[in-house]
Amino acid sequence: MKYIEEFRRHDLAHQLSAAISKAVKPDRDYHLMEFCGGHTHAIFRYGVQDLMPPNVKFVHGPGCPVCVLPIGRIDNAIELVERHDVILCTYGDVLRVPASGRRSLLKVKAAGADIRMVYSVRDALRIAQENPGRQVVFFAIGFETTTPPTAVAIRQAQAEGLGNFSVFCNHVLTPAAIQNILESPEVREMGAVSIDGFFGPSHVSTIIGSRPYEYFAEEFQKPVVIAGFEPLDVMQSALMLIRQLNEGRYDVENEYTRVVTREGNTKAQALVAEVFELRRVFEWRGLGLVPYSALRLKEAYSALDAEKRFDTPAIAASDVKGCECPSILRGVKRPVDCKLFGTVCTPENPMGSCMVSSEGACAAYWSYGRFRGPEPVSRESVA
Amino acid sequence: MCLALPAKVLAIDPMTDMGIVSPGGVRKHVSLALVDDVRVDDFVLIHVYALNKISEEEAKRTLQLFAGAWLTAGEPA
Repeated sequence: MKYIEEFRRHDLAHQLSAAISKAVKPDRDYHLMEFCGGHTHAIFRYGVQDLMPPNVKFVHGPGCPVCVLPIGRIDNAIELVERHDVILCTYGDVLRVPASGRRSLLKVKAAGADIRMVYSVRDALRIAQENPGRQVVFFAIGFETTTPPTAVAIRQAQAEGLGNFSVFCNHVLTPAAIQNILESPEVREMGAVSIDGFFGPSHVSTIIGSRPYEYFAEEFQKPVVIAGFEPLDVMQSALMLIRQLNEGRYDVENEYTRVVTREGNTKAQALVAEVFELRRVFEWRGLGLVPYSALRLKEAYSALDAEKRFDTPAIAASDVKGCECPSILRGVKRPVDCKLFGTVCTPENPMGSCMVSSEGACAAYWSYGRFRGPEPVSRESVA
Repeated sequence: MCLALPAKVLAIDPMTDMGIVSPGGVRKHVSLALVDDVRVDDFVLIHVYALNKISEEEAKRTLQLFAGAWLTAGEPA
């Protein structure tokens, strides 16, 4: 496939690997946080870590929308189905996230609730058109990549006067989360997490551009390189970060120039700005309450806001006991530091969100066997 | 969630802002509502909707950057 194969070339990967080994200073470590779960998976799937010198370490960030969704919001969604008898439409990964009381949307669906897995918000619109007698709620999650399609759908529903459609909005913002990590006591004072630089997200940045990262690169003096999702993109971006760190620079650089500009997709930004506004605060799993980090529907579209149409009280819910997802999402712990990892928590039977999502760090460690080490763990001993 | 695929635009319906695109040989209908000035034979990045056009020129430049990394790798300072 064009724009994929050439960015996975074996020979170039080895050249980049050699260039990185030559560029690193032996007397220091390079802790590079990939914010985005897409990068975490590229690193594991293609063995990028093995092509790095030992002093280049990847720190996994919270950029996985399913992982950072607090349990209370899934409990809200379950309530929408059970108390208000709506048709709930959402993306596949959301269905499997454990909610309170050992439930999940998938289990509620199995018990007979009308929950539909959709590929796109347009499918949810179609379901609303086909079921005029039923209320249809789209459980919207995702970062800036996924928000513009939701905005288009909301405008279309408004234009068509689709009275039985509404959106339960959980769209969140990347720059606010990165800033929150950099301001956390673990990074600033305790030194529990070292972060020297960031890989900027690929497809979030195609929408928002590289400009929003300029503030915190300067403010926190951390370099950022916007990186594509293919393995060679990640390696080239690592080299660019290492060079910046060697030279004492903290600029925003863009490796993914084939789709990311400084300004981003202004048409998509305008659509999002027309439909959504900032929430003063939003809860993230792992990060807690993050100011101005999420979106809600503007007043002009409030008729399509599921939180206004139905009762969705804030629900305080705690994670499964022993689950280290919150620390893993902040980069404080690794999946292998969690007692549940690979024992009771596996992709088939996830206890925490990081094992559910195809972008979660735990799922990456498990799927690509990165926790096994020289002595393979037998299936019997972990079952 | 944020994963997206490059796809070639095969046909465009300007009335509905929809396009037929081909990610790796399959044919798929996607909305082009978020991208301006798309033409047939352009490559777009698709994630539910087409998110942006892909610049062939910039892709070539990045590939050259990979190939040149070893040559320009200086000694550690």
